[in-house]
Amino acid sequence: MSARRTQRPRKGRGLLAYAILYLAFLYVPVMFLPLFSFNNSMFIAFPLSGFTTQWYAQVWVDSAVQQALWNSLKVGITAALVSTILAVPAAKALTRYRLPGDASILGLISLSLFVPEIVLGISLLILLNAVAIPLSLMTVVLGHVVICIPFAITVLMSRMEGFDKSLEEASLDLGESGWMTFWRVTFPLVLPAIISSLLLTFMVSFDDFLIAYFLAGTDATLPIYIWGQLRFPYKLPTVLALGALILMASTVLVVFAEFVRSHGIEKGKRPMVGA
Amino acid sequence: MAVGSAGERQTPGIAAWPRMLYRRSETLRGYTLLSPTMVIMLLALAAPMALLALYSFWSQEGYVLSTHFTLDQYGTTFGRDTYRALFYRSIAISSVVTLVTVLLAYPMAYFVAFRVQKSKFLWLILLTIPFWTSYLLRVFAWKIILGYDGVINSGLMSLGIIHEPLEFLLYNPFAVVITLAHAWAAFAILPIYVSLEKIDRSLLEAAADLGDGAIRRFFRITLPLSLPGVIGAAVLIFVPTTGDYVSPALVGGSEGVMIANIIEVQFTKVGDWPLGAAVAIASMAAVGIITLLTVQALRAAVARVK
Repeated sequence: MSARRTQRPRKGRGLLAYAILYLAFLYVPVMFLPLFSFNNSMFIAFPLSGFTTQWYAQVWVDSAVQQALWNSLKVGITAALVSTILAVPAAKALTRYRLPGDASILGLISLSLFVPEIVLGISLLILLNAVAIPLSLMTVVLGHVVICIPFAITVLMSRMEGFDKSLEEASLDLGESGWMTFWRVTFPLVLPAIISSLLLTFMVSFDDFLIAYFLAGTDATLPIYIWGQLRFPYKLPTVLALGALILMASTVLVVFAEFVRSHGIEKGKRPMVGA
Repeated sequence: MAVGSAGERQTPGIAAWPRMLYRRSETLRGYTLLSPTMVIMLLALAAPMALLALYSFWSQEGYVLSTHFTLDQYGTTFGRDTYRALFYRSIAISSVVTLVTVLLAYPMAYFVAFRVQKSKFLWLILLTIPFWTSYLLRVFAWKIILGYDGVINSGLMSLGIIHEPLEFLLYNPFAVVITLAHAWAAFAILPIYVSLEKIDRSLLEAAADLGDGAIRRFFRITLPLSLPGVIGAAVLIFVPTTGDYVSPALVGGSEGVMIANIIEVQFTKVGDWPLGAAVAIASMAAVGIITLLTVQALRAAVARVK
């Protein structure tokens, strides 16, 4: 009996140790990018030879980087807006209405999660070619909207399932129109999820390499630019600096997105408790 | 209130009928709200995939695409030894990646679901941040870690532990497995965590009261009940991995080339789209069948244990 009692905390500590090791496994490999981005050497190897910011200076003045960054921002913002705007009514329909066949609809929507990206890329390439639409950043947006929508819908649906349906019904009973109910009741309650969806879908688009690789034509997004640089060993230090900057920016964005989402849930619950 | 709404109901004329019907019919309204998304999904996902399937029955003759029905592409896909070998390798690598990722993720998800009390949210954020950061950069990070002059080799050499770089680290299937186990971590943790979190804790208490030890409780209650999450995670990892292009290309070397690299070449350098389409369709179909059979077998096994 006493043996079992002493066993328990020890087992808990074992799991905690594992969890910390696992976090290290997730984070340490990525940390080498910022570490070596400040290293004063062409070679990515120990021992570190000295501190420098020259690689960052090179990134800063590189016009190809600027162009690729600008392209990625344009594509990411458009894809985020389009997929989130499409997902808001879709998520509402899937959470609020009893629809025949909604399981297969959800299946089609989340299909892109189960199809390898390369297949999404080449099949869209074939279709665009067949209907003679030239490749451009807009065709990249189209491909990204397809992979962004499942994420947007998941984020929005979990939020819409989380708040009380009777709030909307009360508004309708009190004589507000469907449209006004949406703007005055649904929208403010769902707003945190909308912001979170915009940020997360932006990240999905901003990170994507493979779909953009097939659909971008001659315009390079940032991942395509980075991919092109990886072939040249002498370019690696600047790729490290660029990569470190991207990692930092995306971490800030994701943490912000997740906090907006969770903060909104707590705030959304309060009026419900009060009512 | 009731009088007001009754009065309102009398007023609409004949012209308002379709509008009222629309407002009444939940189904119709629901489909209307869904329609823009469905149109995009049909145009940019379903139609392209259908066209891809169609292309696989055509052929490329020089610069001209022949739309004459043929099974030649599938003959080549299944007939060429290199393609078959690459396909088997893709399945093997993906299976190992799935197994390793799920096994590593399970204790982590278990820890967050059962041991963490107050800071669950913080742990979940910490575990999902890497998922949202650039996949390409994470693969690249492994390249600089495992490389010939990379972090591990140069680190061990500068410590004097080894004198020659270890060549077995990069450019092989092992490098692909570790890179992808790292890349897919969140895909494994989140579904497993969700199914663990759903488990009714009173079941575990009941089993403990009835004298089941911790290990017995785990294998008879926790593990079977969390299996939907495990299966979900496995499918979410296995299927995209079979079609992964970046990791094999960056860290796989010639030993780690996978089926996606063959498909990519057909669509870029070689320019034989029908053959690329056939390889893609055939491997997706095979992966789909393997996945379905495995999931069925797992479910049957669980049902027997229960």
